[in-house]
Amino acid sequence: MKTLIGLAGLGATLLAASAFAAPNPGQPPAGASPQAIQEHGNRAFQYYCAPCHGPGKGNNRPYLPGTDALNVKYKGERPALLEERTDLTADFVRFMVRNGIEGMPSFRKVELSDANLDAIGAYLARNNK
Amino acid sequence: MAVLPPGVSQRTLDAALAEWRSAIGSEWVFTSDEDIYGYRDSYSILWGTDEERIPSAALAPASVEQVQQAVRIANKHKVPIYPVSTGRNLSYGGPSPNVRGTVVLDLKRMNRILKVDDTRNFCLVEPGVTYFDLYNYIQERGLKVMIDLPDPGWGSPVGNSLDHGVGYTWGPFRDHFVSHCAMEVVLPNGELLRTGMGGMSNADTWQDYKYGTGPSTDGLFGQGNFGVVTKMGFWMMPMPEAYLRGMVYAPKFADVIALVKTVNFLEDQGIIGMPNYGSPARTAALPFNKPADPDLLALMANGYPSVEQVDAYVAKKGVPAWSVQLQFYGPRKTVEANWEYAQAKMREAIPGATFDGVYRTDLPVPKERLDEVVLRHMGIPALEIFNIVSRNESHGENPPDGHNNCVAIVPRTGESLMTFSKAVIEGMRAVGDMRPWSPFTTPATWHPRTFLCGPSVFTQRNDPESNARNKRLYESLVDTYAKYGWVDYRCTHAFQDRVVSKYDFNNHALMRFHELLKDAVDPNGIISPGRYGIYPRSMRRTRA
Repeated sequence: MKTLIGLAGLGATLLAASAFAAPNPGQPPAGASPQAIQEHGNRAFQYYCAPCHGPGKGNNRPYLPGTDALNVKYKGERPALLEERTDLTADFVRFMVRNGIEGMPSFRKVELSDANLDAIGAYLARNNK
Repeated sequence: MAVLPPGVSQRTLDAALAEWRSAIGSEWVFTSDEDIYGYRDSYSILWGTDEERIPSAALAPASVEQVQQAVRIANKHKVPIYPVSTGRNLSYGGPSPNVRGTVVLDLKRMNRILKVDDTRNFCLVEPGVTYFDLYNYIQERGLKVMIDLPDPGWGSPVGNSLDHGVGYTWGPFRDHFVSHCAMEVVLPNGELLRTGMGGMSNADTWQDYKYGTGPSTDGLFGQGNFGVVTKMGFWMMPMPEAYLRGMVYAPKFADVIALVKTVNFLEDQGIIGMPNYGSPARTAALPFNKPADPDLLALMANGYPSVEQVDAYVAKKGVPAWSVQLQFYGPRKTVEANWEYAQAKMREAIPGATFDGVYRTDLPVPKERLDEVVLRHMGIPALEIFNIVSRNESHGENPPDGHNNCVAIVPRTGESLMTFSKAVIEGMRAVGDMRPWSPFTTPATWHPRTFLCGPSVFTQRNDPESNARNKRLYESLVDTYAKYGWVDYRCTHAFQDRVVSKYDFNNHALMRFHELLKDAVDPNGIISPGRYGIYPRSMRRTRA
């Protein structure tokens, strides 16, 4: 059990990543087609998720924190990048986002709406056929 | 998991909820367990205990007018509310309230960027705006200003500033409350207030001159509970032409005194931006998540070591005791000249000082060079800081879920740093924590005029015993700091009462004054009861 870390000086060793927040996607249009929802979900993923779950790289750290966590967790058995997964379902994505896991906090509806979360789920589940 | 605010019946809460639904729309009033879960603090050291600060409900108004209505309803029913901006103040409470049962007033929907001016170099934003949003707004418009930001880019400039949050670039901008200018506040009676020049209806200097004429009241709303802040302005740095960073190494333990003095000399006249201290000796002594160096254990085995003993250890390891990364922002020629000047001053002050790691880039950083820089040093928002608490190679199979910083305000001297490790060890040993520690304290320099020093304890939602142990450790550190005249500059809810209790001058005159103001401004005690130890009269008897 780890309980204590030296905080000071940490800033100098945590290195950069190249991911940037995409523009706020707004809400998915009402009555949009499944394809349009997926496309909106892609934009929402880039805004809400990619700063942790994107493919960024840095000087010493090859991955952003969320991608790094999944890389360590799955050890290559599944892609560390969520966008490359073929086994995700919208329900699974929704559960993880609303409940959080490990260092990832939960996301509330006011911050990430059900409609945007459904769109992100549709986008990440697009390859699960 | 139904909870109620202290002294409020279910019937009263239901009556308030009905009025809130009418005022802001029922879809923006949250009471289900599923929705309330999102208002729990994922990094709470009290997670899953009866003490956890779970709200009874949450409201999300979309406008200042709706905030006013929500506050008036809270006041009418005497139901306490706790405003959050983006709710991402993780390690300091996140979206959860100070007192269990308090209704969260979620301002995330108020997310307009009202103004960014790159002539007078300021912005004006609502609480729900994130650093990511502000950055995008500036990029899309090609505005020539740099943001000073804290670690997670999803934070709110308003919320961060109001918790006395800090950043990473140039001194005047790193203290985010100091760099604010302009505040709009909904008072506990629902009245709207603008501070400083905002008090004059037709003044065009609200974001330029923060005092107005007469007393400045802005300070009451930082780490306070006297109103709901609905707009804030911030001064910004014009985008400099160039950036340069370089490393300085000091060989001996006692060199830290001259090192700090020289860095202060450089920073306080505006030659450098944020200095980043390090200690190669500490890295050798206590590699992260690896066993401590046996020589360090021997060094620390018989009481706190002398300077000579530490220097013998450093010499044996063959690494410098200290390092500092100096950062320069400005015209290309100026940053080069200032780096030369800084090296000369260091050579004068520290025999054997060495230098390397020089890096230069134009600003804004060209896209192809972004992987070479620390984004936050360039005012670029990111979430990379979550490497601290995420599963990765360093943490192994049992990563922490979160962390709570126990960071004290410490004088900006080398002598303080030489003493600080001794205090941390005292605080650890007082609760039976015998893990190794080193004599090399490196400060956080987020605040330009003080050091912020201290460890961070991890939190784990599935391990209440670990959380309880770390809570005792945190409390012991707070108590130990106080013996030396140090105290946390901010902290999560669980520790705020203890921290502010250390302000003991003249029988706690400062807190008594805060309480006097609280009773006058918020007689029903509806705004954020318990925030930084300020409780309304009705709750003071239950204060820890």
